[in-house]
Amino acid sequence: MALELLKDTTIPKTTTVYPLRWRSRVYAIVGLVLVLGVVMVVTSAIGSTDIPLSTLSEVLLAKLPFVEVKPTWATSVETIIFDIRLPRLLLAGLVGAALAVAGATYQGLFRNPLADPYLIGVAPGAALGAVIGFLLPVSWQAASIPLLAFAGALLAVAVVYSIARVGKTLPMTTLILAGVALGAFLAAVTSYLMIASGDKLHGIISWLLGTFSLTSWWQVAVVIPYIALGTIIIWLHSRPLNVMQLDEEQAQQLGINVEQVKLILLGAATLITAAAVCFCGIIGFVGIIIPHAVRLVWGPDHRFLLPLATFAGASFLILADTAARTVLAPTEIPVGVITAFLGAPFFLYLLRQKKRAIF
Amino acid sequence: MISLCLDKVSLGYGKRTVLYNISLEAKPGEMLGIIGPNGSGKSTLIRGITRLISPSSGQIFLDGHDAATMSRGDLARILAVVPQNSALPELFTAFEVVLMGRTPHLGLFRYEGEKDLAIVRRAMEATQTAAFAERRIGELSGGERQRLTIARALAQEPKIILLDEPTAHLDINYQMETLDLARQLCLEQELIVVTTLHDLNLAAQYCDRLVMLSDGEIYCHGTPEVVINTQAIKEVYGAEVYVYPHPVNDLPATLIAPEKDRNKLRQKSM
Repeated sequence: MALELLKDTTIPKTTTVYPLRWRSRVYAIVGLVLVLGVVMVVTSAIGSTDIPLSTLSEVLLAKLPFVEVKPTWATSVETIIFDIRLPRLLLAGLVGAALAVAGATYQGLFRNPLADPYLIGVAPGAALGAVIGFLLPVSWQAASIPLLAFAGALLAVAVVYSIARVGKTLPMTTLILAGVALGAFLAAVTSYLMIASGDKLHGIISWLLGTFSLTSWWQVAVVIPYIALGTIIIWLHSRPLNVMQLDEEQAQQLGINVEQVKLILLGAATLITAAAVCFCGIIGFVGIIIPHAVRLVWGPDHRFLLPLATFAGASFLILADTAARTVLAPTEIPVGVITAFLGAPFFLYLLRQKKRAIF
Repeated sequence: MISLCLDKVSLGYGKRTVLYNISLEAKPGEMLGIIGPNGSGKSTLIRGITRLISPSSGQIFLDGHDAATMSRGDLARILAVVPQNSALPELFTAFEVVLMGRTPHLGLFRYEGEKDLAIVRRAMEATQTAAFAERRIGELSGGERQRLTIARALAQEPKIILLDEPTAHLDINYQMETLDLARQLCLEQELIVVTTLHDLNLAAQYCDRLVMLSDGEIYCHGTPEVVINTQAIKEVYGAEVYVYPHPVNDLPATLIAPEKDRNKLRQKSM
């Protein structure tokens, strides 16, 4: 045994390949941020009225301080970009980021590749809340649907949490089971309300599948603080989340306050998921495939996985929403249909490529 | 000088008490072995010392401080555990897992620096795991994973290392290597090493002192010569064995025989 090595206190200057691999992952984060930027610019040019990229760049430049560009475009172009497309793609990006990072967090917490952001009650809670919102008078709906969806999501998770909690500890398997059981109950109530809803059924179904069709700036403004704060909290806990991949006992023995970390991460992930779904509905698949795709390509270290999933999720959902609004224009396809239709084959391709354990 | 001291500690799960009034002490440079049959409370004792379960009575002192008042981080800077059958995440690389040993030394906002990487590299070289540092856990054998958890414990730079059945599922060469390493660490780094063992021969050869548990209580403790004898093993384990002085160092060596030869064995041990 080369034990004398342990006593060697001189620290070699040369580094192993490891820091280099870290560097490549940092480059990947920067790369995905750039991709997100390109995706945002390009998709804001695409739509029922195609705007040439040259016009688009002039319109955008004109909005920057200290840049003067003579307007050569119709004011309607500006309206389309700033009042219709930009808020919509920002919300899609925020929601995609939130679902992907929440999915990665849940998968890490539960150490289960099948976990997604909706696992412990967010989706059925939000759905029931939204359906109740749809049944209220039409004039209230703009506020009541998102508010009740948000409240329903948080309430459902709170109930699941309090059922699963045993003394000071939170057994994760009980949490999943309680989430699934309460979800089934809430889904039953939701289904009943849907059948009884009459002519509102179409609106309800399109909400449940997810859509960004009625996005405006105030929705972006409402959602941003929750998603930004929650995402930052989650990013900061990426090392504890890594250590918790060992198991809870080993994590405790390595100095992690496991119950506290679980509570913080569950809270943050639930909050951003609830904020994500409350305006646009239950968009499936993003929260499960984006984290796995990122894990397949860049490995399981949450310090890179979480930011990479955030930016990849944002780009993915913006692209999916662009497809949703353009493929059958002027008819909108629910974006949830697109995420599954485009996302599933891509994910299957990745699985096939790697041919190794993915979690 | 660091010390580990248990003062009349009782441990259990819920209302079921598994260990009663355990008092023991370990000093640096000393390797303490915990032996006893399945269900006698060996692992519970380890779990109690690492505070995965809290004592229903009595106190555990680490370095003179009551362990119950220490934060998890403080505890992990003094005490490292090599758990039995530690589950390791398959996609992480060996290096990344050993790097997790630095966790108690790093805050929420700090990434591992040069110093941490150097400590990890040395821990991996000392445990002969550096050769597969870049491989994923899923590709490694049981013995390699076991040595990785020891490397991770070393990366914690602890004063006390607790090993829970470190030789379970290992081939005989790795059993010896693992305990050689533990013993060497114990002597050269002045660490306290506490290990549970089910192999009485390994326990006798490697530990300075042994504690034999029986039904949640200390049956006897002392040097291997005192603890391991035909009578004690018959009473505690209910097994008929023959204890013979080891030809090289006179430490007690436990021999067994199948039923057809047990009579001869019994006559020999008289």
